[in-house]
Amino acid sequence: MGVSADRLSARLPGGDGALILAVFLALYAGFGLLGVLLGLDANGLASTLQRITFFAAVYALLALALNLQWGYAGLFNIGVAGFMAVGVYTMAMLTAPTDPGTGGLPGLGLPLPVGIVGGMLAAALVGALAALPALRLKADYLAIVTLALSEIIRIVYNSTSLRTFSIAGVDLGTGGSQGLALPTNPINALFYSDARSPASPPTALGEAAFGLFGAAGVQHTTVVDWTYTLVLVVFVWLFYRLLSRVGNSPFGRVLKAIREDELVARSLGKDTGRFKIKTFMLGCALMGLGGILWQGSQSYVSPNNFLPILTFYIFIALIIGGSGSNTGSVIGGALFVGLLFEGPTFVRRLVAQQIPLGDAPDTFVAAVEPLASLDVTPLLAYALGNLASLRFVLAGVVLVYFVQTRPKGLLGHRKEIAASVDLSERPNRPARADGGERR
Amino acid sequence: MSRAGGTAAVERAAEETETGTEAGPPAARPLRVRNLTKRFGGLTAVDGASFDVEEGSLTGLIGPNGAGKSTTFDCITGVRRPDGGSVHLYGEEITGLPPYAVAERGLVRTFQIARELKEMTVIENVMLAPKDQRGERLWRSVLPGPRRAVIEQERELRERAWETLEFFEIDHLAEEYAGNLSGGQRKLLELARALLTDPHVLLLDEPLAGVNPVLEEKLLGRIHDLRAEGYTFLLVEHDMDVIMNNCERVIVMHQGRVIADDAPAAIMEDERVIDAYLGANV
Amino acid sequence: MADTYSRGKRVFVERPLELVLLTVGVALVADLLSKLANGTVTVLTLSIFLKDGIVIGLVIGLAGVGLSMTYSILNFANFAHGEYLTAGAFAGWVATYLVAGAGTVSAGDLFLLGVSGGADAGTVGASVFSTPLAVLVGFAVAVAFGVALALALDRLVYRPMRGQGAISLLIASIGVALALRYLLAFVFGTSRTGITGGTLPTYTVPVIDLIFNAHELALVAAALAMMGGVHLLLRRTKLGKAMRAMADNPDLARVTGIPTERVVRATWIIGGGLTGAAGYLVVLETGTISFDYGWTLLLLIFAAVILGGIGSIYGAMLGGLTIGIASTLSLIWIPSDFTHAAAFAVMILILLTRPSGLFSGVTTA
Repeated sequence: MGVSADRLSARLPGGDGALILAVFLALYAGFGLLGVLLGLDANGLASTLQRITFFAAVYALLALALNLQWGYAGLFNIGVAGFMAVGVYTMAMLTAPTDPGTGGLPGLGLPLPVGIVGGMLAAALVGALAALPALRLKADYLAIVTLALSEIIRIVYNSTSLRTFSIAGVDLGTGGSQGLALPTNPINALFYSDARSPASPPTALGEAAFGLFGAAGVQHTTVVDWTYTLVLVVFVWLFYRLLSRVGNSPFGRVLKAIREDELVARSLGKDTGRFKIKTFMLGCALMGLGGILWQGSQSYVSPNNFLPILTFYIFIALIIGGSGSNTGSVIGGALFVGLLFEGPTFVRRLVAQQIPLGDAPDTFVAAVEPLASLDVTPLLAYALGNLASLRFVLAGVVLVYFVQTRPKGLLGHRKEIAASVDLSERPNRPARADGGERR
Repeated sequence: MSRAGGTAAVERAAEETETGTEAGPPAARPLRVRNLTKRFGGLTAVDGASFDVEEGSLTGLIGPNGAGKSTTFDCITGVRRPDGGSVHLYGEEITGLPPYAVAERGLVRTFQIARELKEMTVIENVMLAPKDQRGERLWRSVLPGPRRAVIEQERELRERAWETLEFFEIDHLAEEYAGNLSGGQRKLLELARALLTDPHVLLLDEPLAGVNPVLEEKLLGRIHDLRAEGYTFLLVEHDMDVIMNNCERVIVMHQGRVIADDAPAAIMEDERVIDAYLGANV
Repeated sequence: MADTYSRGKRVFVERPLELVLLTVGVALVADLLSKLANGTVTVLTLSIFLKDGIVIGLVIGLAGVGLSMTYSILNFANFAHGEYLTAGAFAGWVATYLVAGAGTVSAGDLFLLGVSGGADAGTVGASVFSTPLAVLVGFAVAVAFGVALALALDRLVYRPMRGQGAISLLIASIGVALALRYLLAFVFGTSRTGITGGTLPTYTVPVIDLIFNAHELALVAAALAMMGGVHLLLRRTKLGKAMRAMADNPDLARVTGIPTERVVRATWIIGGGLTGAAGYLVVLETGTISFDYGWTLLLLIFAAVILGGIGSIYGAMLGGLTIGIASTLSLIWIPSDFTHAAAFAVMILILLTRPSGLFSGVTTA
């Protein structure tokens, strides 16, 4: 399948871009069909596809960032959730108003772009702090260090003692376990005259968009959500371009060498530690940004959004797609969200609607006992009712399956040539029209 | 010459260490190893080895299995940190520097078992080597403006890379993945790669092991060409004939010590060397 | 004199982190003594912290022995180890409930450990004192289940991957952890349930008035007994010697002809059994069970193993005690929601400064 996916992308006109598009179209077709079977109206369908696209984009962003660290440089970071949390919390604390109303938490009151850049820098700095000494260690030690670090970060944000605090006379707060309010999504300002209130009169653009899509039966919130989702898609493209450039450069060449045999790179005069730290920091900054973009759709953030399980989800997405391949990261994100994350819920809704299973039993025993009389319905109903747990089981089994039988994922370890120019071009031969520069 | 000369060289080196007169010769030698020591637990793999490598020479380093040759290489190139002694490269102390720093200063090595980067093509392997590549800076490799300079340099390097592959006659394999190469071709690739770092001194660890006679001829030919251009070589090799026919000086190690250091003809008659190879105690 | 000075200087330059740690440690001890002297911390508080720390530490250490053995002999960090703990505990306590509540509550309710109405902790009243037989049976089942689970997972997941790298195995173990944890959630639900019941006899230490209960005593006794057993096994039997050889150097062991698959199996059996037992004992002592408690303990267990030096059995035990006592004693200085963070931070510092562990030296047993 790894081979066939490779061949497929070679055969498709448009290559990797077309492959990504094909995966998304297949997902849309699948979920569109499920939606029609479920009898969703236009708004329901639009919002379903929005949800799929949103999460696919989020996981693609994070898988791309992780791919830079693990796929390119072999740095096994299982603290992704922690670096995301640092990005989001720093952004929120930098932008929160200095004088919050009752119940609010004070911040520095800086503009949003400053907050976002600050969040990325903070994530990169925490990454450097972890990486500087830890990169000398064995890969599995780095794994333990990063996981522990991400748990420390979550515990700190969760702590009651830091709910509010002040440093050098400046009041700040993390909100403890109750979480922290996030700045208003600037996308709202495009559509509503008061960005904080969807009840306020729409702007001119809002009026036009709401009128246009409203005629097709799509609600206002769905239009706004789709717009934000498209912003995320643009960011996926930006991440992809950025990381492809990193990969197809002398820098990426050294990373590739490090992944294959670090001693060779060192013996050829490359200070591999510096390359690894830079890569780790850039990856962490992108994870911070990914977290910000994700949580940007919400009005508040809490430490429970950053449990280690989130990191493992991102790993599953990357492993499905194939570590080492940017295209694989995007496809892995989409497939993970479509097939493992959202798919089961939709199937459950469909089954519940089509097959009358009756009330689900409350307990596992009550579900299993009727098996004695060959009645599977209660067990099925129980399974559907507890699909959340089974979804995790499925995720775990998929992970084991891929590591055992397709360790390189669908597209992984594609042997893309790491160079900024086309290396097959020999000197003293006519140069190509485009000068051989690689995109 | 003969035996007396060999002993004299060893003693001279030892004497300098003892008296500590490290004023340095008028023209600093490419490589100067003094009293190098490396212990693994209770085992002393290199036991106070001292020798010099002359400018533009092709010097052989031989010794029975376990004599400490590869460990000596590892200590010189920074792969392992010596427990004692010093290494100077053109008068500059490089003892214990990390491998990349040693390579940056112009001393580069190849490995006993060729370490080609399997999932990279031959030309990619070679392109990795050049020093101070602009595109090795993260931001330059990404930002539109600086990236133009990177691309320009990449074109220049590509030209050099192809020329080097042509020199070693492996240009027809340029776009082959290095993992698909034969043993001998890998050795050629390693040498080509090492050469592109612009070294002054090359340490070759058994460059001919596992190489067929035709390729062996080719490889030796290239080494002689490069030597004529002024490169300095230190060569570990098992094949006595190769050493005796190609090197002008041979250093013999046994049980971590340098026991002889002389011209090939003299080495052949050195009783200590013969004893060492026959397994008798020295 | 000059020599001492230069040596001290070298330590200062080469190991700044260790020096800082040492300084902090000395400062903390001094602070503790002054707190004891001026009465901010009473001897009773301190002894309660110490007792709790020892109890928690023994459990972590016991669980750590299994992890340490598989880490060194199979050469990978098993992230599913916490789930072995949970699964063993659930199996053991189901058995205890089935024995203790037989006849009074329906078997189905007993199986679910009080998730449904019929079999809550009060009705069954399982404890060392009121239902000793049921607890013994449960303990044995927990050990057996731990062994069976470890062997089954090795057969299914790890054995086909024997030649692969540490990271592949680590990732596979994350998958195993996810699947196991949520299978338990699927069967037993996701809420935390009270398990032990009835009144427990307590024992008071004279002079300082420190109070122990029977479950704490049982835990300490069982943990010490099992440690002794493992010690004898590793020291006195041929198999144990082979295991120690493999832990020290797997390649060497393979060359010298120790049957590695047999050693691997023995490792899983001992490690799985100890882990199942540790899981059961944790629940006995804390009195509650939930599907994810093993996972929440996992990093602490890793901390213990790393502290003690991977591969060292006594190291894991000492590491567990250190982590346990440190996490309770830290309450004197830092808020309780930071204790885990503090333990993880210590683990990270150890990994960075002495990756071979604090108590290494003799690597195995």
